[in-house]
Amino acid sequence: MDFVLSKEQKMARALFRDFAENEVKPLAEEVDETERFPEETVKKMGKLGMMGIYFPKKYGGAGADVLTYAMCVEELSKVCGTTGVIVSAHTSLCCAPIYEHGTEEQKMKYLPKLCSGEWIGAFGLTEPNAGTDASGQQTTAVLEGDHYVLNGNKIFITNAGYADVFVVFAMTDPKAGNHGISAFIVERNFPGFSVGKHEKKMGIKGSSTCELIMEDCIVPKENLLGQEGKGFKIAMMTLDGGRIGIASQALGLGEGAINEAIAYTKERVQFGKRISAFQNTQFQLADMHTKMQAAQYLVYAAAMKKQNHEPYSMDAAMAKLFAAEAASDVTRRAVQLFGGYGYTREYPVERMMRDAKITEIYEGTSEVQRMVISSHLGVK
Amino acid sequence: MKAIVCVKQVPDTSGKVAVNPDGTLNRASMAAIINPDDKSALEAALTLKDATGCEVVVVTMGPPPAEGMLRELMAMGADRAVLISGREFGGSDTFATSQIIAAGIKKIGLDDDDVIFCGRQAIDGDTAQVGPQIAEKLEIPQISYVAGLEKKGNTLVCRRELEDGYMMVETQTPCLLTCLKEMNTPRYMTVSGIMECYDKPLEVYDYNALKDDPLIEADTIGLKGSPTNIFKSFTPPQKGVGMMMEGADKATCEKLAGILAAKHII
Repeated sequence: MDFVLSKEQKMARALFRDFAENEVKPLAEEVDETERFPEETVKKMGKLGMMGIYFPKKYGGAGADVLTYAMCVEELSKVCGTTGVIVSAHTSLCCAPIYEHGTEEQKMKYLPKLCSGEWIGAFGLTEPNAGTDASGQQTTAVLEGDHYVLNGNKIFITNAGYADVFVVFAMTDPKAGNHGISAFIVERNFPGFSVGKHEKKMGIKGSSTCELIMEDCIVPKENLLGQEGKGFKIAMMTLDGGRIGIASQALGLGEGAINEAIAYTKERVQFGKRISAFQNTQFQLADMHTKMQAAQYLVYAAAMKKQNHEPYSMDAAMAKLFAAEAASDVTRRAVQLFGGYGYTREYPVERMMRDAKITEIYEGTSEVQRMVISSHLGVK
Repeated sequence: MKAIVCVKQVPDTSGKVAVNPDGTLNRASMAAIINPDDKSALEAALTLKDATGCEVVVVTMGPPPAEGMLRELMAMGADRAVLISGREFGGSDTFATSQIIAAGIKKIGLDDDDVIFCGRQAIDGDTAQVGPQIAEKLEIPQISYVAGLEKKGNTLVCRRELEDGYMMVETQTPCLLTCLKEMNTPRYMTVSGIMECYDKPLEVYDYNALKDDPLIEADTIGLKGSPTNIFKSFTPPQKGVGMMMEGADKATCEKLAGILAAKHII
């Protein structure tokens, strides 16, 4: 695997870093404290092409590649996990399935507004009784003439409070199991659609996580995404891509915590010397960096495989599993290096630790990633 | 109509400044950045492009790696770039540099409604001489310390910020402006701009490309054509914050008026 970044990728990374430092970092603490969705940042990112990085220009995208997208989520997450997941869920879970499974009309209708940041995207799969077991969908969709009628609830939907477009899954043939699930493009203002309870979370507090309520929700027939009965496959393929985004978020969170810890330990003096001069600090940071570097290789490899249209499902699962667990460990160790100050909200490492935990849970728990990886190994 | 923007790659002086034993800057040991005033000059040109649809051409004189900076400026929105590069140009001071850049601009072509944008000064030399000298050599009007502008046909109205006030100046095009960093906030590159910037045209003007211009003579360019001798390099001391007075009562106002009168300002 060739990890030499192109000139364009290096320049894009410089842009993302610059933007993250100047526009995202100054808001991160306030966004977390007040649980505020940073709408103004989304508008700015839309203008710069960060809300549709790897989609063709024809559909309003920036015409870049999956690795550039991964680096964008990584750089944003170094300073703000909330902003990282907004871009990740929007891009991987809403734009990507429309681009990969949509008709030309659907792509032309939705992608330009999504890629420009005018519209925000979300994805509705999880239900109260269908989490890791996503096949247990209870939301139903019944075809009535020129439209489907959807009934059911979705929970834990990222971006929901501010999203304009949702890729939603529902049973069109409840007797057919996985093969009875279909995907739909649902607009926020469709009759019978509403956004419910806003979840109070441990981390990524500025990310809007809500319930979706569909009560006799009218969805035009032309908004069926892909074919009837192919929804489960679309959901699984979408989550494969989504895992690259979340792995990139985890990667950024871990790297961001290391940056903070290096700066802090070089200034903090105890026993008459900077704590960076103690071998424990040096060994901790060496281990932390090694872990995140290994995570970066896995994440970039998965991104490049997706870009090259090679099978990448197992690579994405390994990247997410490793990066998420590494981020949780590394951010926790960063708090330890900060000591008592690390436990206060005066420093960002406790926020990073809270933010990192979710990466082991959403878009497939670490246990699900292990199931995916072992199934690819043929271990049954 | 064109907006020609002159830019310079400079060592990042926000960190530690490294000086060679001969008093010149040790550029190799410092990171290269785009001169901040020049970025504001580009932003002013891009704003004019947004309003009028004019073409934006960025020009620099420097070694071949300066191409990276020109590509970044094209990722921000410039349409094409010219890199003036040649061994013969090495060692040029502000006199020789402006001679060469003026010749380069003549080769690009200067039309009646064109505007040349420069930064006020570069953070390495701090001379603020190259822009005005280019205007002199092209025999066109110049307005320095520009903080705002409005273009009406072939005239340009600029706001010049000076230490003790401002001045509104109207001039005919073609003309040259030197822009203040405070004039605007330069835009970011865009991801699609980055994807396009290596496909945009970049021309390299070497000595042979410019040698027929009357401005280019053996004794007007490079080290030989540079009358400047560097006596000493140093970081200028920070300016003080000035005196702050609070309150709108009569006594404070009288005190302020007294201070201003003592300094012969009023």
